[in-house]
Amino acid sequence: MQGRIHSLESFGTVDGPGTRFVVFVQGCPMRCAYCHNPDTWDMNGGTLMEPSYIIEQYERNSAYYANGGGLTVTGGEPLMQLDFLIDLFTLAKERDIHTCIDSSGIAFNPDNAVQLAKMDQLMGMTDLVMLDIKHIDPEKHRELTEQPNDNILKFAEYLSEKHVDMWIRHVVVPGITDDNKYLFQLGYFIGQFENLKALDVLPYHTMGEKKYESLGMEYKLKGVPAMDKKILLEKKQVILDGIRKRREEEH
Amino acid sequence: MKPIETDFVRGKWDKEVNVRDFIQRNYHPYDGDDSFLAGATQNTKDLWAIVLDLQKKEREAGGVLDMDTKVVSTITSHGPGYLDKSKETIVGFQTDKPFKRSLQPYGGIRMAEKACSDNGYEVDPEISEFFSTHRKTHNAGCFDAYNQEMRACRSSHIITGLPDAYGRGRIIGDYRRVALYGIDRLIEDKQEQKDSTGRVMTDDVIRLREEISEQIVALKMMKEMAASYGCDISNPATNVQEAIQAVYFGYLCAVKEQNGAAMSLGRTSTFLDIYAERDLKNGTFTEEQIQEFIDHFIMKLRLIKFARTPEYNQIFAGDPVWVTESLAGVGVDGRHMVTRMSFRYLQTLYNLGASPEPNLTVLWSTRLPEGFKRFCAKTSIETSSIQYENDDLMRATHGDDYGIACCVSSMVIGKEMQFFGARANLAKCLLYALNGGVDEVTKKQVGPKYRRVEGDVLDYDDVVSKFVDMMEWQADVYVNTLNIIHYMHDKYCYERAEMALHDRDVKRYFATGVAGLSIVADSLSAIKYAKVEVVRDEDGVIVDFKTTGDFPKYGNDDDRVDEIAQWLVHTFMTAVRRHHTYRNGIPTTSILTITSNVTYGKATGNTPDGRRKGQPFAPGANPMHGRDTHGAVASLASVSKLPFRDAQDGISNTFTIIPGALGKEDQVFAGDIELDLNK
Repeated sequence: MQGRIHSLESFGTVDGPGTRFVVFVQGCPMRCAYCHNPDTWDMNGGTLMEPSYIIEQYERNSAYYANGGGLTVTGGEPLMQLDFLIDLFTLAKERDIHTCIDSSGIAFNPDNAVQLAKMDQLMGMTDLVMLDIKHIDPEKHRELTEQPNDNILKFAEYLSEKHVDMWIRHVVVPGITDDNKYLFQLGYFIGQFENLKALDVLPYHTMGEKKYESLGMEYKLKGVPAMDKKILLEKKQVILDGIRKRREEEH
Repeated sequence: MKPIETDFVRGKWDKEVNVRDFIQRNYHPYDGDDSFLAGATQNTKDLWAIVLDLQKKEREAGGVLDMDTKVVSTITSHGPGYLDKSKETIVGFQTDKPFKRSLQPYGGIRMAEKACSDNGYEVDPEISEFFSTHRKTHNAGCFDAYNQEMRACRSSHIITGLPDAYGRGRIIGDYRRVALYGIDRLIEDKQEQKDSTGRVMTDDVIRLREEISEQIVALKMMKEMAASYGCDISNPATNVQEAIQAVYFGYLCAVKEQNGAAMSLGRTSTFLDIYAERDLKNGTFTEEQIQEFIDHFIMKLRLIKFARTPEYNQIFAGDPVWVTESLAGVGVDGRHMVTRMSFRYLQTLYNLGASPEPNLTVLWSTRLPEGFKRFCAKTSIETSSIQYENDDLMRATHGDDYGIACCVSSMVIGKEMQFFGARANLAKCLLYALNGGVDEVTKKQVGPKYRRVEGDVLDYDDVVSKFVDMMEWQADVYVNTLNIIHYMHDKYCYERAEMALHDRDVKRYFATGVAGLSIVADSLSAIKYAKVEVVRDEDGVIVDFKTTGDFPKYGNDDDRVDEIAQWLVHTFMTAVRRHHTYRNGIPTTSILTITSNVTYGKATGNTPDGRRKGQPFAPGANPMHGRDTHGAVASLASVSKLPFRDAQDGISNTFTIIPGALGKEDQVFAGDIELDLNK
């Protein structure tokens, strides 16, 4: 099955372990206020590509990715295109390529048996999921992304049951996602998972603003300053404290 | 040669001059990490403070602190110079004091005069008179022999950067020989070489005999120069300090007599490590002392300076020396050649701070030990001062005792040399092809009056056919110009010190080079895949282009255009190979420009790829600025497709990336939750 692709990047160093070939898929139902890729939202945009074409592009320069790197699919929301991902990762696994999905988890629907079966199949071929939890609080999450977070949190539980390695990503935006109470709560939530392998706390930056201007879209976070690195490191500690608390309780 | 008394493992090296054999039998590969390294000693810090102070004064004085205007520089022309004699463990300057630039008129007296006058000094009139009337220079010789066409090509910059007014450089003496054998044995060896030449006195034999005689004189002068610093280098070095000092004296002699654009050091670290390992084992020196020797050695290399003109500095973006030192690599027996000394050289970037000189070049192989790879990556991130070259590629041609001259020119140390040949401007050649040899900037007929392009839309096959003809012409005039240059350089500005540290029969590479690779590749791609209309001026000369539609651009791993780039390199090299080369030099080419691409751009009109007149070329084999839109790997992939066999003098790619794009900082992202939690 063809994928709807926004773009390909041959030298990804921040989207998973090592040097990675990164596939940006087109289409996302989330409307995160700070999203720096609003051009990947439209479900009908992008270019249709065969999985075999993407693997071919990967293979051309596989030497760069062989030593601890691999293939990452991000977006857009990759899990909106399950059939495509299954085909892509089937080819990848035939070649022993390390596979990673960077997702918001929004497309996860445990009540849909057909979808769940596909998800099971896909996760059998996925080495790592980077789950980006935008906000731990349901209401705040809706404000920030125009979507609920119940299935997103269930997706984390699902990954844990399936023993799929998981990194948690969280963007810290001044005044929006930097409340210590919620950060601790986030840490406390993810602290329960044994498949949690890393925590990636991302500082909010304002580089996306220009994109909105050029796309003629309104930028909701106008005036919000970029996240200071020193504060970011403090915020990261709050999440870590939450994880520690949960782990202590469970041991 | 008299056999050597030694406690090192014997082999061939103790009976004949054979440094590689010594290294292979005696070096110990090091697989560990950087934890053994020592920081800067107080003496090192004190000396470096003096250097920083002098550097500041030099900047304040407008770029030059002092120049010799009276004494022509030779190996023994100047007495000893010091920063602070009591603290220096490795000694020697080009003149009698640091930061004083030497007077080197043999390459060309006018260049020497201009270098002085542009910096507010005046060459002694007697010297000027002597080198204009009584002693011919390399530069004068070249212009005696150049024909009209060569002069025209030189002024229009279709051939450019020619080393016809100063030293050609790019020759690396095997400076290690001074340490391993001592000067007396080397003289003995050279005497035997001289006695072994043919008896029939052909031009070649006469020249060889004269050259060896010059080399012997140079060796004797080396000894004398070293003695002026209180060092006796007649015999083999007995410890690592003496070995480093001897290697440096050998190199110092070269830069006292030659001001080549690149004066490289070779491959000394693993050689010196053999002495260091022995001294550590015997308790002769501590790690801290050995690091101090290396720091002082590297400090001296950072202070090599030549008198240059502002124009020269503009071409090279400063006044670099390219004291290239090649580190690591893998031996032909499969053992890697990383030693503790490889680490110590890189450690100088911490002990003395980051610096482009000496040009520390890691001969990279996938088989280098992990500890060294990690230290390289760390040092690159923190100092941005390491150059990397592909050892796996070059080892196939040169074995495991080659070094890099300048940026990318590989040669076996002491056995191979090169005639440096600057470069041909291929972008301009393409424009000549369109305009029937008329220069697009000056409107002069510089090239042959071939048929110019007719019609308003460029046809790919027509352009390629005309371009190939024009390249044949360009290669012809280029190679022949270089033949003159190297003939005259050998005659009037011979590198006796460097060649004294070579074998008798050296392999000579006849290096050429190209500029504008990505411009031509993209231009031909535009003509092939889009529609390119020409714009002519009132004289009918094509001066601009109108391109409609998109076309594949070099730097995106797109074979449609990458194959054009490969074809270009191969076709140019084939044209070069057709010609006679001076002293049967083996023709090679490089795709190299690192800084001079700005100057070449200035002299070149609009090109069909959309580049505007005067805009800089991309450096070396780089894609044009901003046209590689598929990420770094795709960009590198395009470069890596260029055929090394047709560009054996090296392919360079200048890679710039913001640190954030190379990955996340450890503090922000540890990559492992356990690391975060246990902090």
